[in-house]
Amino acid sequence: MLKHYPVKRSVLVPSLLYAQDEVGYLSEEVIAEMAKRCELTELEVRNVISYYSMLTTKPRGKYNVQVCTNICCMLRGADDIYRHVSKQLGIGHKQTTADGKFSLESVECIGACSWAPAMQVNYDFHENLTPEKIDKILEEYAAKAK
Amino acid sequence: MADLVSHKDEVKVISKRFGQGAANIDRYVELGGYAALRKALAMSADDIINEVKASNLRGRGGAGFPTGMKWSFVPKQAPKPKYVLCNGDESEPGTCKDRLILEHDPHTVIEGVVVAGLSVGAKIGYIYIRGEYRYLSVIMQKAIADAYAKGYLGKNILGSGIDFDVFWHGGAGAYEVGEESALMESLEGKRGIPRIRPPFPAVVGLFGGPTIINNVETLAAVPHIINNGGQWYAELGTPKNGGTRLFCLSGHINKPGVFELPMGYNLLKMINDVGGGVWNSRKLKAVTPGGSSCPVITADECDVPMDFDSLMKIGSMLGSGGVVVLDDQTCMVKYAQRIMRFYQHESCGWCIPCREGTDWLKKSLDRFHAGAGIRKDIDNIQYLSENMLGRTFCPLGDAAALPTISIVKKYRDEFEAHLEGRPCPFEPEGAVQQLPVLAGAH
Repeated sequence: MLKHYPVKRSVLVPSLLYAQDEVGYLSEEVIAEMAKRCELTELEVRNVISYYSMLTTKPRGKYNVQVCTNICCMLRGADDIYRHVSKQLGIGHKQTTADGKFSLESVECIGACSWAPAMQVNYDFHENLTPEKIDKILEEYAAKAK
Repeated sequence: MADLVSHKDEVKVISKRFGQGAANIDRYVELGGYAALRKALAMSADDIINEVKASNLRGRGGAGFPTGMKWSFVPKQAPKPKYVLCNGDESEPGTCKDRLILEHDPHTVIEGVVVAGLSVGAKIGYIYIRGEYRYLSVIMQKAIADAYAKGYLGKNILGSGIDFDVFWHGGAGAYEVGEESALMESLEGKRGIPRIRPPFPAVVGLFGGPTIINNVETLAAVPHIINNGGQWYAELGTPKNGGTRLFCLSGHINKPGVFELPMGYNLLKMINDVGGGVWNSRKLKAVTPGGSSCPVITADECDVPMDFDSLMKIGSMLGSGGVVVLDDQTCMVKYAQRIMRFYQHESCGWCIPCREGTDWLKKSLDRFHAGAGIRKDIDNIQYLSENMLGRTFCPLGDAAALPTISIVKKYRDEFEAHLEGRPCPFEPEGAVQQLPVLAGAH
């Protein structure tokens, strides 16, 4: 990837996301390693991390449920969808279940406006949601997490 | 992934290969793909630009700037390498069209990037895809590798003696990176903070070199223009608004979906005919015609051709093609509040009018919808918004201000109905509609 760009630090943002997918979050070690590879200070790496909403320095559940609550989803019942997911998982915004299987986030537009209400579990899109559909989706992920 | 829809009034240009397996390179070539690249390689740079100018293609990212003119600003001689940057950081609420193009027809985007590069003498193109669209990065990665393997990219493309490289690049969640100068910062591995202009990207852009930045849909239109001629494309639309557009219908509508319609298609017809009308037999109240940053228009204003100039005339914008339909049971204060909450979340904080403006506006609107607004808040919300307009580094400040001003002006009665501790007239059972987590999180 490095040879795609004239400067080393260009790989930083996508690499951080890939590292996070591997490790689960951006740990001290990951940050130190990325800083070394991109020839930056750790502070510079942290500075970038804090800007991007998908990057996190805190551990999360195996499956991060991101419910879109932006306008198009809101108009089609996203507030209820969010409350339903929250109730089913027993956690709130940016919280993780005790067993470490799920995290929950209320997120901004994920680009599923014409198929609202929608959510992403990690990178998978789930669209035209209903409470029944959500129960089924969560059950499937819970089974996979075992 | 996302469902495809269709309607008899559609004119399929960009969407003509949707659902036909064109992400596969052999299938793409079978369906006429990469013919435009062959043709463009035999044309001069000026001929390509003139063809695009003749097409009246205007930027599909939202600003509607004439594409051919944008390309012509790139200096012929430059001390640094030139770049083409394809903006696939689609994140304007209401907009979900680039996702379909990248999923169903990734090679058109690659082809568009190379043709754009030929027109200015660039040798490298980047396709920036938002982090949430991981599955599209996977599709694009394969498409690029296949294009290299078949000689459409790399050294001496199609025996022309010209080298051209295309790389994909992933984001990590940031609306503001969709703004061109923030996009370049992000690709350089930094926080997506906008740059002051001038100099414009066409002169000093990515890595300091002259750069063409275009939306996915804009570049996807380019191969069709090269194949069929600028004149042909221009005639599909209205004067000065060439071609077709992917309109993303969403909100309170019976048949939401992404439809490709000619520029200038009537909005009311789009809602009632293409979109199957307002849901639950309710009446139309308002429309956000081109993504959340556009001023809201009332039901009475909806008999309008959907092109850049006609919407400008009625004080709104065509924007990025996200048509959000609101029924008569929608609380406009809540709608304004949710839009502002988004912009407050996405403001990078680099310049003060936007950082402070969106924050105070969010606080005011939250309080207002919760039933604790006072009369002077209404003017204050408008005053704060108007003072953000044109005073920020990038258009995020304008994007937050424009819908807010329009809602206060056009639906002032709804703000007044929330006064004096009265519950929201549309959701009387719960005056505080905020998600508790969001109220605490910011």
